[in-house]
Amino acid sequence: MNWQPTASIQALKARACLYQQLRAFFHARGVLEVETPALSQAGNTDPNIASFSVNTPQGLRYLHTSPEYPMKRLLAAGSGDIYQICKVWRQDEAGRKHNPEFSMLEYYRVGFSYQQLMQEVAELLQLAIPHLNTEPRILTYRQAFLQILGLDPHQASIEQLAACAQQQQIDFQGELSQQAWLDLLFTHCIEASFPTDRLTFICHYPATQAALARVRLENGHWVAERFEVYLGPLELGNGYQEQTDADLLERVLVKDAEQQAQDIPVDTRFIAAVAAGMPFSAGIALGLDRILLCRLQAKQLTSMLSFAWEIA
Amino acid sequence: MPSYSTSEFRSGLKLMIDGDPYTIVENEFVKPGKGQAFNRVRVKNLKTGRTVEKTWKSGDSVEAADVVDREMEYLYKEGDDYYFMATDGSFEQVGAPASAMEDAVKWLRGNEVCVVTLWNEVPLTVTPPNFVELKIVETDPGLKGDTASGGTKPAILETGAVVKVPLYMNQDEVLRIDTRTGEYISRVK
Repeated sequence: MNWQPTASIQALKARACLYQQLRAFFHARGVLEVETPALSQAGNTDPNIASFSVNTPQGLRYLHTSPEYPMKRLLAAGSGDIYQICKVWRQDEAGRKHNPEFSMLEYYRVGFSYQQLMQEVAELLQLAIPHLNTEPRILTYRQAFLQILGLDPHQASIEQLAACAQQQQIDFQGELSQQAWLDLLFTHCIEASFPTDRLTFICHYPATQAALARVRLENGHWVAERFEVYLGPLELGNGYQEQTDADLLERVLVKDAEQQAQDIPVDTRFIAAVAAGMPFSAGIALGLDRILLCRLQAKQLTSMLSFAWEIA
Repeated sequence: MPSYSTSEFRSGLKLMIDGDPYTIVENEFVKPGKGQAFNRVRVKNLKTGRTVEKTWKSGDSVEAADVVDREMEYLYKEGDDYYFMATDGSFEQVGAPASAMEDAVKWLRGNEVCVVTLWNEVPLTVTPPNFVELKIVETDPGLKGDTASGGTKPAILETGAVVKVPLYMNQDEVLRIDTRTGEYISRVK
C-alpha cells in the first residue's frame, strides 16, 4: 500500500517557514488575518471554473474556489486590510501544475491602486522566493502579443489568430471563440517566453476577461484593470482593481451563471454587501504550492503536497 | 463509437485521430488565470510510430480507438509472420507481420510473454518483456580479472542481437538485458 507522503520532509519544513514569513510580512503592514467559510450556499459562477458540491441536510453547498466573495463582504463591513491562507478546490484541474485541492493566499488592500498592489506583490514574492534578484518586468497583454507574436489582441480576427496558431505549429482540434484563440496563443507561446529568473507582470487583459475587476479605456479599447504575475511560464497570482459597482457586478455574475455548465446560485449576499459600500481596494489571489515550488526550485507540484490528489 | 472526455485523458489511452489509432504519451492541463483551459497532449501514432503534440479544449470529447493490449506468448515464426498465443486460457492465436514486430524481433527466442497491441483485432505493435535473458554466441575472449576498467566490447546473442558487454564476459554466458534501452544489465549465473 502506497501510504507515504509525496512531499519530502524538507518541503514540509519550507512550507512552515514560508507561512511564518508571510504572516510576519502582513503583521508588519497591519494587515489582519481572517478566516471565511469553505462551504457556502452560493458558488463561483465563472464559466471556466468548476466547483465541487457537497450534499448537506440543509441542501447543496459549494466548496469555495477562492475566498473572494466572503472576504469582500468583510471589506464592506469595515474590516480594513485583510488576508487569508486557506485551501480551495477546483474540479478538473489536475496536471503537472495543478492539483484539484490547493493552498491559496488571498489579500486585499484598502485604498491601493492595482499598480501599488503589483509593487507590494513583487516585494512579497522577493521574500518568498529568495533567488529572485532582478527587477520585475511589467507588460500589458497587448504589448506581450505584439512583442512575441506581432499581432494586436484587441483587433485580430478569429482567422488571423487561427493562422498565427498554425504558423506557431499548434495542432489544435476543435472550434474556439476569439478570446479562446487568444487563450490558446497565450498558454502555448506567450507564457513559454517569460524569463525564469525574474517576475513578469501582465496587465490590462481584454474587458471580456475582467471578471470582478474594474475596466478602463486604453487606446480606444476596453481593458480590465487586472494583472497576473508569472515566474517563467508558471502563473503565481491574479490581482484586481476591485469593481465596486454592485449593478455591474450583478450583471457579470448573472451572465456568467447562464454560461455555467453547473447550476450555481449567484452570491446575492456578496452583491448586497458591495451595494452597501465596498471601499476602493485592490486584491490578489496567489497559489502557495506554486510559490513553494519556485522557492525550492523544484519541478513537480506533487512534491510540494504532503499527499497528492491521487493518494489523498 | 465510444469516446473519452479530456478529463479522462491519461498515458496509454487509445484515441482515433484523423482515421488513425493513437496512444497518449503525455497529457498536460494548461489554463490561463481566467479563460479557456486546454489539454496539451503528446500522442503517438500506432501505425507510423511518430509522436506529435495536439491540443484540445478541456471538456471536449475524442473518439476512442478500438485498440486493446493483450498479453500473448511468442510461439514461432512461419514465413513472414510471427505467431502469438493469448495467455488468458483462450488459446487464441494471431500472426503479427514484421512491420508490427520492429525491434521486438531482436529479443525473442520463444515462450516470452509480450504485449500485443491489437487494432480491430489485427496486431499493430508488439512490445517485448522489459527484461530478457539471452546467451552470448560470439564475442572476443574475456580478459580475466578486468572488472574495473569499465571498457566494453560487442557480443552477438543467440537471437542475433548485438549488445555491448563488459570486457570480462565470455561466450556461452547468459546476460540480462533491458529491452527498452537495449543495454546490458547484469550477468546471469
